[in-house]
Amino acid sequence: MSIYKLGGTPLSDEEFKKIIKEITRPNAKYLMSAGQAYSVFFEGLRRGKIIGTYCERCGMIYVPPKIFCPYCFITLDKWVEVADEGKVVTAVASYYSANMERLKEPQIVGIIKLDVPGRTFTSYRFPGLLHRICGASLDDVISQRIFDARVKARWRPPEERKGDINDIECFEVIKT
Amino acid sequence: MKTNIHVKNRVAIIGAGLTLFRRRLLETPQEMAWIASKKALEQAGMDFKDIDCVISGSAPDAFDGVHMKGEYYSEGAGGFGKLHFRVFVGGGTGVFVPIAGWWMVASGLCKKALIVAEEKMSSAADPHPQAVFRHIWDPLIEKMLGPNLIWIFALEMHRYMHKCGVSKEDIALVSVKNKANALDHPCAQAAAKISVEDVLKSEVLVYPVNRLDISPVSDGAAALVMVSEDVARRYTDNPIWVAGIGFNLDSYSWTNRELAYPLYLKKAADMAYKMAGIENPMKQIDVAEPYDPFDYKELHHMEGLGLAPRCKAAELTKEGVTQRDGDLPINPSGGLLGVGNPIAAAGLMKVAEIFWQLRGEAGRRQVKKPVYTGLAQAWGDLMQVGTVIILRR
Amino acid sequence: MSQPVVLGIGYSGFQPSTSHYNIREMIYEAAAKAYEDAGGIDPGSDVDAFVSCQEDFWEGISINDEFVPDQLGAVLKPVYTISGDSLQCVLSAYSMIRSGAFDIVVVESHGKPSEILTMRDIILMSYDPIYIRPLNPENVFVFNALEAKAFMEYNKIDREALGRYVISSLRKGLRGRRNPYASIKNVEAYLEEEYVVEPLTKLDFAPYSDAAVVVVIASEDVAKKFSDEYIKISGVWSVSGTSSIVYDDLREDTMTKIAARKVFDMTGIKDPVREIGVFEIDERISHVPLMVIKALRLSEDVNRDLMMGRFDEEGDLPVNPFGGALSEGNVLEAHGLARLVNAYEILKGSLGSRRYSDVEKILIHSRRWPSSRTTTLAILSR
Repeated sequence: MSIYKLGGTPLSDEEFKKIIKEITRPNAKYLMSAGQAYSVFFEGLRRGKIIGTYCERCGMIYVPPKIFCPYCFITLDKWVEVADEGKVVTAVASYYSANMERLKEPQIVGIIKLDVPGRTFTSYRFPGLLHRICGASLDDVISQRIFDARVKARWRPPEERKGDINDIECFEVIKT
Repeated sequence: MKTNIHVKNRVAIIGAGLTLFRRRLLETPQEMAWIASKKALEQAGMDFKDIDCVISGSAPDAFDGVHMKGEYYSEGAGGFGKLHFRVFVGGGTGVFVPIAGWWMVASGLCKKALIVAEEKMSSAADPHPQAVFRHIWDPLIEKMLGPNLIWIFALEMHRYMHKCGVSKEDIALVSVKNKANALDHPCAQAAAKISVEDVLKSEVLVYPVNRLDISPVSDGAAALVMVSEDVARRYTDNPIWVAGIGFNLDSYSWTNRELAYPLYLKKAADMAYKMAGIENPMKQIDVAEPYDPFDYKELHHMEGLGLAPRCKAAELTKEGVTQRDGDLPINPSGGLLGVGNPIAAAGLMKVAEIFWQLRGEAGRRQVKKPVYTGLAQAWGDLMQVGTVIILRR
Repeated sequence: MSQPVVLGIGYSGFQPSTSHYNIREMIYEAAAKAYEDAGGIDPGSDVDAFVSCQEDFWEGISINDEFVPDQLGAVLKPVYTISGDSLQCVLSAYSMIRSGAFDIVVVESHGKPSEILTMRDIILMSYDPIYIRPLNPENVFVFNALEAKAFMEYNKIDREALGRYVISSLRKGLRGRRNPYASIKNVEAYLEEEYVVEPLTKLDFAPYSDAAVVVVIASEDVAKKFSDEYIKISGVWSVSGTSSIVYDDLREDTMTKIAARKVFDMTGIKDPVREIGVFEIDERISHVPLMVIKALRLSEDVNRDLMMGRFDEEGDLPVNPFGGALSEGNVLEAHGLARLVNAYEILKGSLGSRRYSDVEKILIHSRRWPSSRTTTLAILSR
């Protein structure tokens, strides 16, 4: 029967290793400009502050910041400092690293909706960050107690900060 | 966007073909594209020489390790010397390829178009194909936290469970159903008779996601033949018409929005329904293939598509509504969970399944009730793309 | 049938480096200008769909499609990408409008080569992974050089004529708007340059530039509501080559030949030499425009016509009269839109002298760079 009728030739692990012809590890390296908005954001982190931009037309606050409002399509030049605390909108416990290697202890990560004094946001649009959550147990995740828990940024000491997102070690649970 | 009354040329699908979906295939991307294309052309009663345009899709170049991958596989899909371009909307690509094919034919620019999707994930062999997903994040912020792909879907799944009061048992039912459906699919990679218990006991990857909640890594290709109305009439008595197309993309800032409900998908579906003249999808769609790389996504997508009321898809699943003999069969092919997930090819496999269902050619997978209108959908990027196509007999 | 037109254009960059902006911010600037140029359209309410032409390995992000919508004002709108040259996006947008289902489609493309540190290795990754890549040539442009050599020998074009093209193009660039590399040089200096890979020298390759370009395409009926200064897209077609140019017949540009036949048919052009006033052609590697001139049958003897200056600004077949990629720089997939912007400005009369005021039609051309010969052609007209 012709090959196309069979629909392809499945290989086992062993067979696959035998037929491999070329193994290249892509050498793709880039130096990226942080740009106008992220430069200010990263400089804020170095100083222990979370900085966003504010759209005067629709009232949205962007964290991480943008120099444009994607909804109103206007330039944003108003900077605003948001609180380094907020509440957890979702959280999970990961048993794998970025390279899919098994971890001994699960790592808890979540999305934190950040507080902005005097402002409220709907659940559809809000300033929020992905980050590690500390001071929570696996059971807090499984029982969903972690949802809506109040968390606060645990900052690295100023001399260890590099001006990136890891200047915040994690968001620590202060009240479930 | 105007409704279909302004569209002069109707577009038909007259053939579909798939390779096997497997963890590793011997064939190169070009060869896989050729096999699927050849099969689709055979069903249509055509050959490569009859085709005037090729529209293709494939997910990240990093899987194949080939930059400008569309140029590379184009030859296998019969693109050499012809019009060919490659569309790309992440995981939503598979359903997007026939969407782009639709306007290439509806505009009159193409008469006989080959629609091809291929994915060779086994080439990204070391450490694991999933590692490719390290590079999908905002490189300056999220990537610095060392995320893996399953994080974001687990975050969405858990938010959905919390907001809608859906349990892991409810969700596991989707995996059980789809893997069982795939037992009847000749190309399937991950067909199995399993229980809810098996899903819950499989390895926890990122709580709440267990291994059996996820579709596998696959090699595979899929193809359709899409033609203008006059051509369709010449080649078949049984053309399947494209009744509606829709696509939508939300912001890349996925940590700034509600994850429990896919608003972008609702908008994509509304675009397609408007074009197809569908006002009540729960009644007017007879069979659907929503995207199911994870079991919760089937439920999430049914709600975004308006095929279930918000937070109610799990209930419909429990009641058996979504089984092949139910009132609204969902993923009768076995979906990505059962047939496999060669990303773009998996999305196009869903369109092929609706095509065969509407023609009554799905064999043992044929749903029980008579079907006239079907829908296929895919999803992707940072949980922000919805692509929808509606076919009609 | 709806007639697609270019309603507005906007761009940013065309500079060797743009480190103060990230690419999304550059696209925002280009989009804001394009919407203004299009008569003040609102991306949220007036635009039906958006398409971006890009390739992941130029971006350094896998699935860069994710990052398209925000800076175009396209959040929660129909958006997609084509992994290809930006003229392929124009082709798709043209088709969307002709289908009757879309009225306004925005096309975006960009390139930021200044951020790519391992350009050679990334280019090599675009060649056939099984047969070509393992050859691992020191200089990845060796395949382009093979093509240049085969074409030049077959058509009896000498290096002096090629040099004449390069020098003329760099001089023409001085009159353009986006040309950081335009300059005055002479053929003697060209001939003294060392080979990078024979027969090509450094001057035969366009240096890199960063740029973002946004173009608003609309059906003519809808365009009229916003502005009466639009330019028609009379026809556009794309033809795919192989992934590795060495698999094709290197002596001639088959893809341009096929595409031209189709586009001339679509637009009713019988005699391109008489009917087309200006040619905007891909010159990211200097021999390519000569191959295109030959494939379009503009010249029987390219060597002679080059030496006679037929393709110069005062010639009867002006090619890139305000500079091409050699002057503006290689902006990767945005190259096709850069050609379109020149054509748009010439036809609107905003670029150039009265010399071009009676030009009715302009042909624009772009080819995937550098490994593929996939070619897209379009005809713009008043």
